[in-house]
Amino acid sequence: MLRFIARRLAIAVGLLLVLSVLMYWLLDIAMDPLDDLRTSPALNRDQLIELRVLQLNLDQPWYVRYWHWLTNCFQGNFGTAWRTGQSVNSLLGGAALTSIQLVFAATVIALLLGVTIGLLSALRQYTTFDYAITFVSFVLYALPIFWVAVLLKQYLAIGVNDYLNNPVMNWPVVLGISVIAGLFWAGALGTDLKRQLIVFGGAFAITLGTLCYILLSGWILRPQIGIVGIAIIGAAAAYAVTLIFSGINNKRALYSALTTAVVGVGTYVGVQWLFYYVPMNELWLIGLLLVAIAIALLIGWLWGGPDRAVSMRGAAVVAVIMSVFVYVDRVLQGWQTYMNMSAINRRPIATIGSQTPNLGGDFWIAQLDKWTHLLLPTIALVLISFAGYTRYQRGSMLEVMNQDYIRTARAKGLSERIVIVRHALRNALLPLASIVPVDFITMIGGAVITETIFNWAGMGRMFVTSLAQSEPDPVMIYIIITGGLAMIANLVADFLYGILDPRIRVNA
Amino acid sequence: MSTDDKPERTPAEEPEFGSQLGGQPDDAIDVDPLATPPGEAADEAAFGRGEGVGDSKEVEGLSQGQIVWSRFIRHKGAMGGMIVLGLVALLSLTSMGAFGIPGWWRIQNFNSSGNVINGAAPTLKLWPFTLGEHPFGQDDIGRDNFALVMKGIQTSLLVMVVLGIIALLIGVAVGALSGYYRGKIDTALMRFTDLVITLPVIVMGAVLGKLINTLPDKMGWSYDVTQAIRDNLPLLLAIMLGLVLWTGLARLVRSEFLTLREREFVDAARVAGASDWRIISKHILPNAVGVIIVNTTLMMAAAVTLEAALSFLGFGVKAPNVSLGMLISQYQGAFATRPWLFWWPGLFIILIALSINFIGDGLRDAFDPRTKRIPSQRQMNKAMAQILNDNTEKAGAAK
Repeated sequence: MLRFIARRLAIAVGLLLVLSVLMYWLLDIAMDPLDDLRTSPALNRDQLIELRVLQLNLDQPWYVRYWHWLTNCFQGNFGTAWRTGQSVNSLLGGAALTSIQLVFAATVIALLLGVTIGLLSALRQYTTFDYAITFVSFVLYALPIFWVAVLLKQYLAIGVNDYLNNPVMNWPVVLGISVIAGLFWAGALGTDLKRQLIVFGGAFAITLGTLCYILLSGWILRPQIGIVGIAIIGAAAAYAVTLIFSGINNKRALYSALTTAVVGVGTYVGVQWLFYYVPMNELWLIGLLLVAIAIALLIGWLWGGPDRAVSMRGAAVVAVIMSVFVYVDRVLQGWQTYMNMSAINRRPIATIGSQTPNLGGDFWIAQLDKWTHLLLPTIALVLISFAGYTRYQRGSMLEVMNQDYIRTARAKGLSERIVIVRHALRNALLPLASIVPVDFITMIGGAVITETIFNWAGMGRMFVTSLAQSEPDPVMIYIIITGGLAMIANLVADFLYGILDPRIRVNA
Repeated sequence: MSTDDKPERTPAEEPEFGSQLGGQPDDAIDVDPLATPPGEAADEAAFGRGEGVGDSKEVEGLSQGQIVWSRFIRHKGAMGGMIVLGLVALLSLTSMGAFGIPGWWRIQNFNSSGNVINGAAPTLKLWPFTLGEHPFGQDDIGRDNFALVMKGIQTSLLVMVVLGIIALLIGVAVGALSGYYRGKIDTALMRFTDLVITLPVIVMGAVLGKLINTLPDKMGWSYDVTQAIRDNLPLLLAIMLGLVLWTGLARLVRSEFLTLREREFVDAARVAGASDWRIISKHILPNAVGVIIVNTTLMMAAAVTLEAALSFLGFGVKAPNVSLGMLISQYQGAFATRPWLFWWPGLFIILIALSINFIGDGLRDAFDPRTKRIPSQRQMNKAMAQILNDNTEKAGAAK
């Protein structure tokens, strides 16, 4: 295994070097640093050209400049964006983090949504629901991302901001969303007409009720979850997780999930004190999440029984869900302050940039600011890549459901839940291990457009502006980072697949 | 039911039936008759797997191509896609003209400005259907949006077709060589493919797009050359993008070749003294054609949005040429005041990409031997009634 990884890493580094040489050469042909001077009417034009040739070493052949650039890179100096004189190192610091944040958030959401809906679509093969999902995913697949992004800016952002300042119910939209939700759940859960009608009615009523509560009671103006909300979410999560992963009849799993929920609610107040007295940062949050998972695993272990792993897993999932909502709750507590800040001016959904400049406020306000900025670009990216995951997961699930071992599992009398979750789902999720890392790279490509439209100071926009302005150094570092990420992604994909699928030999 | 059918089958039908059974290409049957053992056993096995009835009954005696074609034209999505794409292409080609023939739309010079009439609003009316002066509206200097969009569609279609051909040629050549010869050639070609595939296509595309846009000025080429490049920019861009997009196809063709080259019919051809070229082009390639066609189609759909995205970023088609992506990019600031400038190009990008995706989906289903058509409930009921009817008749005859 070690030899395999070492060999692959060596190949990857070699490929990256070759790639950098080729791209430097291509960029040297494609870029014209003298274009503004060529048409310049200035009297000392020739002198200016000479100066710039000297500045950029254009009198030397490209491979000499490449060598110069490469040796500098190994010493940690990535060059300068010569038009502004900024060093690439300073440009890159924030940009790389911003881009990865955006792409990571979008990938996770698209993956969760796409896989779930793809699975549902496969389980309801050849029904109207399946056809509708297929059609929608085809449409989403064909959407140009820049077009969607502009639409989101124009309608969603401005619409929501206007609504927050002048809350007037838009009944057709509310009813339309409720009907769509009803149809979706009826198609996803219903098997025969009667059940479909019941599910449709229920989903319609619940959606309509929730929307009306959110909009009419003014919750949307003062969004909060509070300890009651956390308790409800915890209980619901405990039941849902148990139902899906272990079956409601597994009492130990149910009790450990519920205990985790109770412990989560119990620590809510304590965590609030912690948030109040200790200045937070991202490391703290990750640490707290890990602590929560550890406690949940312990609870699951203590409830134990013959099938400990199931209880522990369920409890851990509940703990993650509750932690996320405790975090959301704390972020939302700053909503009022945030809305009334002068830099926000009661228009919270941002259409430009990755953060509000000169915002002020503490860590939690900064977090909230980050989320309001992430919202639109993430939706744009999710809409596009969601379709791919849906199609992929549907195909993979259908293939698995036609396997002999599924028939065997059914034949020996397992419940349909166990057949789907234990036998089909696990195998159907397997190919994702090789798709997701590769798709991450496609997302980085998509982020080039998204960042340009939303004016994010990310790597993608750095690439676009530098390429347009003929600055090779930032473009090169973008290529190296993207290429490096792609290599790592491919390596991870192979590696994961080798671990997960015993049929694959990695020593080859 | 199968027991009733069997005695009626004449021995002469056997080989033909067998060739459908495996879904195998004709070469395989010609060189290796043992692949389908004749007689009772094969028949039994076939009926045991539900073949020889239903779908398989329909394709009896048809060639592979005929089966694929009949499946394709039954695919509703694909047919819808064909019709929409055909209509869009027809509209844009006839209205703005092509191949030097002028079209029927009165504004043939799409870059000519005019008087802004009625706030530049679109004059298209669906009922009663009238086009009016400017069906899709005008922009701020009075250019006709209909002419621009129609010309943009032509650009998109041109880019799509040229790109498809280039990527097809490179992808198939690289994939076939590395899959057929394996060894060093394979390693070298696949490393090269890895190299190209590493960067997102939009990044490679942007660099190459920038390249063809700056080269004439930078090199100080003569006016004629520069002008020729400017005029044919979409074509050049399509070629450049074709040089980037072939990688996925090459990988698929390679894996297809790797499995096909181990098959008996290839051995047989080699024993018969066929050259490598002949084996590749006459024996293996026809069997890989499904994978190739399907993936080229899907790639062409991606190409439409890719070209639009590049033009949107400013590395693709530039004025005086016009492309749908460029139109959106130009007019995104005017969204609040003249939304139609933004809606129409976007709508046509979606229509084109969507219909090609549907065609690709239909082709995939048509080429995939595992695809089973699910009959509607009404057809099932009808078949059930038919069987019951037959049985009662037979029972009556037996008495």
